Amino acid sequence: MKRRDFLKRVAPMSLLPFAINGQPVRAYGKLLGSEAEAFTQTDKILVLVRLNGGNDGLNTLIPLDQYTNLTSARPDVIIPESKVLPLSGISGTGLHPAMEKMKNMYDEGKMHILQSVGYPNQNYSHFRSTDIWMTGADSDEILESGWMGRYLAEEWPNYPNGFPNEDMEDPLAIQIGSVVSQVCQGPSVNMGFAISNPTNYYQLLTGNYPDAPAGWAGKELDYVRTVARQTNEYSVKIKAAAESATNLSTLYPEDNSLANQLKIVAQLIAGGLKTRVYIVQQGGYDTHANQVDPVDSNETGYHAYLLQSLSEAINAFQDDIEKLKVDDRVLGMTFSEFGRRIISNASTGTDHGSSAPLFMFGSKVKSGMTGVNPTIPASVSARDNLEMQTDFRSIYSTILQDWFCLDQASSDNVLLQNFEKMDLIQAGCDTTSVQRDKNQRAGDAYVTNYPNPFGASTTIKYFSAGGLINITVVDTQGRIVSSLVNSEIPRGTHEVVFDAAQLPSGTYYCQYQNGQIAQTRSLLKVR
Amino acid sequence: MATTAKTRTDSGITPYTGTWDRAAVIHLLRRVHFGVKKSDVDYFLTKSMSQAIDEILTIDHTDPSPPINNYNENNPDATIAAGQTWVNDYNGKLNNVRMGSFKMWWTGQIINHDRTIREKLVLFWHNHFSTQARVYNWPNFAYTHTKLLRDNCDKNFKSLTKSITLDPAMLVFLNGERNTKTAPDENYSRELQELFTLGKGPGSQYIEADVIAGAKVLTGWRINKTTGAVYFQENRHDTTDKTFSSFYNDTTITGQSGANGANEVDDLLNMIFAQQEVAKHLVRKFYRWFIYYDIDETTETDVIAPLADIFRNNNYEIKPMLTALLKSEHFFDTANRAALIKNPIDFMHGMARTYDIPFPPATDYVNQYRAWYYISYYAAIQQQELGDPPSVAGWPAYYQIPQFHEIWINSDTLPKRSIISDVLVTRGINVDTHKVVIDHVAFAKHFDNPSNVNLLIDDILQLVHTLDVEQAQKDYMKSILLSGQLKDSYWTDAWNDHIANPSDDAKKNILKTRLSAFIKYIMNLSEYQLS
Repeated sequence: MKRRDFLKRVAPMSLLPFAINGQPVRAYGKLLGSEAEAFTQTDKILVLVRLNGGNDGLNTLIPLDQYTNLTSARPDVIIPESKVLPLSGISGTGLHPAMEKMKNMYDEGKMHILQSVGYPNQNYSHFRSTDIWMTGADSDEILESGWMGRYLAEEWPNYPNGFPNEDMEDPLAIQIGSVVSQVCQGPSVNMGFAISNPTNYYQLLTGNYPDAPAGWAGKELDYVRTVARQTNEYSVKIKAAAESATNLSTLYPEDNSLANQLKIVAQLIAGGLKTRVYIVQQGGYDTHANQVDPVDSNETGYHAYLLQSLSEAINAFQDDIEKLKVDDRVLGMTFSEFGRRIISNASTGTDHGSSAPLFMFGSKVKSGMTGVNPTIPASVSARDNLEMQTDFRSIYSTILQDWFCLDQASSDNVLLQNFEKMDLIQAGCDTTSVQRDKNQRAGDAYVTNYPNPFGASTTIKYFSAGGLINITVVDTQGRIVSSLVNSEIPRGTHEVVFDAAQLPSGTYYCQYQNGQIAQTRSLLKVR
Repeated sequence: MATTAKTRTDSGITPYTGTWDRAAVIHLLRRVHFGVKKSDVDYFLTKSMSQAIDEILTIDHTDPSPPINNYNENNPDATIAAGQTWVNDYNGKLNNVRMGSFKMWWTGQIINHDRTIREKLVLFWHNHFSTQARVYNWPNFAYTHTKLLRDNCDKNFKSLTKSITLDPAMLVFLNGERNTKTAPDENYSRELQELFTLGKGPGSQYIEADVIAGAKVLTGWRINKTTGAVYFQENRHDTTDKTFSSFYNDTTITGQSGANGANEVDDLLNMIFAQQEVAKHLVRKFYRWFIYYDIDETTETDVIAPLADIFRNNNYEIKPMLTALLKSEHFFDTANRAALIKNPIDFMHGMARTYDIPFPPATDYVNQYRAWYYISYYAAIQQQELGDPPSVAGWPAYYQIPQFHEIWINSDTLPKRSIISDVLVTRGINVDTHKVVIDHVAFAKHFDNPSNVNLLIDDILQLVHTLDVEQAQKDYMKSILLSGQLKDSYWTDAWNDHIANPSDDAKKNILKTRLSAFIKYIMNLSEYQLS
């Protein structure tokens, strides 16, 4: 098809693909950003380890000073006191006996433990609570985007237009094992690349795909799959990175799905991917039944198996990245949608609960523990849950500011409100450590605004390649608050004012559309 | 390496007596509709195979309401008010914007098509009698041309060919209006034989002299561009006798003078349509449109030849041949299922239909047309633009040996397909205050057991996926809907919670987020590109 002709004949409504005739308004980034080129020392990486199902915190990090009350509250699952692993420098708190490797990491200063992490007004639905952790929403708030997606959009606002490019050749985030995760959903597009499972990953590396069925449909399927493989630039980069590095740790356990995933992550980091976030996961924490094996005094059982797998996988990963000499750039964090109930149930298990401990690990975490043992009352009912000590979003805020080196305003913009940062990470942002200007210019910019943050109004500046332009402002829940442009706009740069005087302060998203080009800008209204 | 062994089938045109189940209905609807609506599948399951196909082929020929002035805001129309149709106004001044209106309107017809085969046939004939709007550039002609196709899509091929021969769009496009006795223009005569009737198969042996003689027959036709009327101008007609080659049995078409010269076109078509090859050529095109592109000897003998006989024996009535084709064991043969690659209009417009994507209402026609525009634009950048095939031969996917349908999928178009399906399943397209986006929860509610995660997956896969899915794949898809949780009841609880509290956005959002990821995943699978 001759697209030029399409434009000519359907001119007034036609939207020309930008890549063909357009010239990206790359200059926008320069106009608004600082001219100073600040180079990063290293690209920092966050590894999120998701524990699906709601991890039983009270059997993970055991409050030994509450042991009597704990025993009467959860007699069917209580871990023998003598078997609890002590932590260096801490009395009265210990780890599940299956977590020897993580205990050692803690003792060596490579792990920070946070007690009773959660959020106000706990929701006990797996789905809803997962969404809350992924999006960073309040308990009664619906957010369409994930906190990592918003962070990555803050860092690389032009993505995916003009990506990959020389400044960022690699996926911004890689999720292994699940595509559902909202965590990388940006205000407009998903910022993550999904490797649906390790099998899929090995297929990516080896090119050994399963046979298509025989017959005509199989022949065509084969054809489409071949084109799909050849066209995915990120697949090609990932394959190259994996081929250029070998895992060095001998500690990876066999038959451990999480370890297999982390092994891939270590390989890709060592292989030079600039990917900033990796998400891996381990399932099975929804231990309503048979959480422990009473035959073994509750020391073993399914939860023990999970914690041992977790502990060995993380330990092997840490060992590997140290040997690969990339550990200074890697920070890890575990999280689960909630903890479990204080009391045990009749099926040697525990039901959905509230806050739970969270582990941060790596060579750059501050050693130690934040928070105190939860108080277990002498008499506990099925309704009782643990008090939250740390809002998980304060940890997010800390990661954004002290690991990814955002200033507080940008961090607030990502989290959509202010959360105090904590003291969890060794100093690393004291110098200009992130090339944010460069990242913000990477790719092609079609829309921007000034000022930002703004008071009553802000001016949206945009490029039209000709044809129908649509500029819509939505709130953080995706609801349209204003349609600013919805008509044919001649080729060139234009401006439109977004008058937000009547709107509450907060974050809004300006969604721009011109043909197949879509871009979203975050607008921050302040009082 | 994957196997590409061809399990060639020897099924013929004997009526299908196999299982008439959901899978069979879905296969049928994929080929005769754009996209497959769950409600249509349910409807046709209440019929027998034969009843279903009879009904699909029983077209209500009522004219849809015509394209309107949707463009007034930016291009004021001096003669036609905003919201009124321009199709009878030949002012010639707003051709570009009206052509835009026409193309958007056509997209609207496809997205809103009824249960019959009509729109699929209209597009078939558009591909067959290919005209390029950008070349003839008369929106009124574009409308009357497609009206001709819409009115006759299931009627008589020979009559349709005559109407097309004297159709304003075609007369401009292939220069028939400039074909005179002093300056004969062979363009239409050539394509009439080479593309529209005989084709270029081994049974088609016409020679260059036949093209020239045919052109002479067709001299004298003109168009009144202020009314769209086609008329015969006697003094431009070549009144000499036209002699054809041995392929046409040395036929001579006697030159006629005066008004009678107009009758020669019938002599020409009678001569052409007497050739065995015409029916075969057309049946092959139908075969490539509705079944598969590869026609081997067995298929030629067992399917093409007998269908061509039916076509010919019924004096080129379309319906009997099409009925036999669609009801045949060959059509329903499992070897032929899921073997088509969706063309861009199947992909885009079919997506809008399958998922019941809400569009702005007719009362807001400006934005309704804009929303249609996006859909047609996205199909256009995937290389299929309604009204503007790349040449007079139609889209290469239906004739270009050896790749055929595979031409639709390449390193440029496949990523575009994914990006666009991602947009429609996540953020959506903003059109003023409308969001054109898949309503995931409403879609899931179409199924019989949406609260059962396993049945929901099976039912959605059966509708929108094309091949058998291994259990491991299904487990993975389930992990998307369950967010990695292991108990199916969590989905059931979430679903029932929403049903019990339909106005609670948070509860609905739980389902929406997961269904969105699930549907996005399916649409990104290579299997989704098949039909």
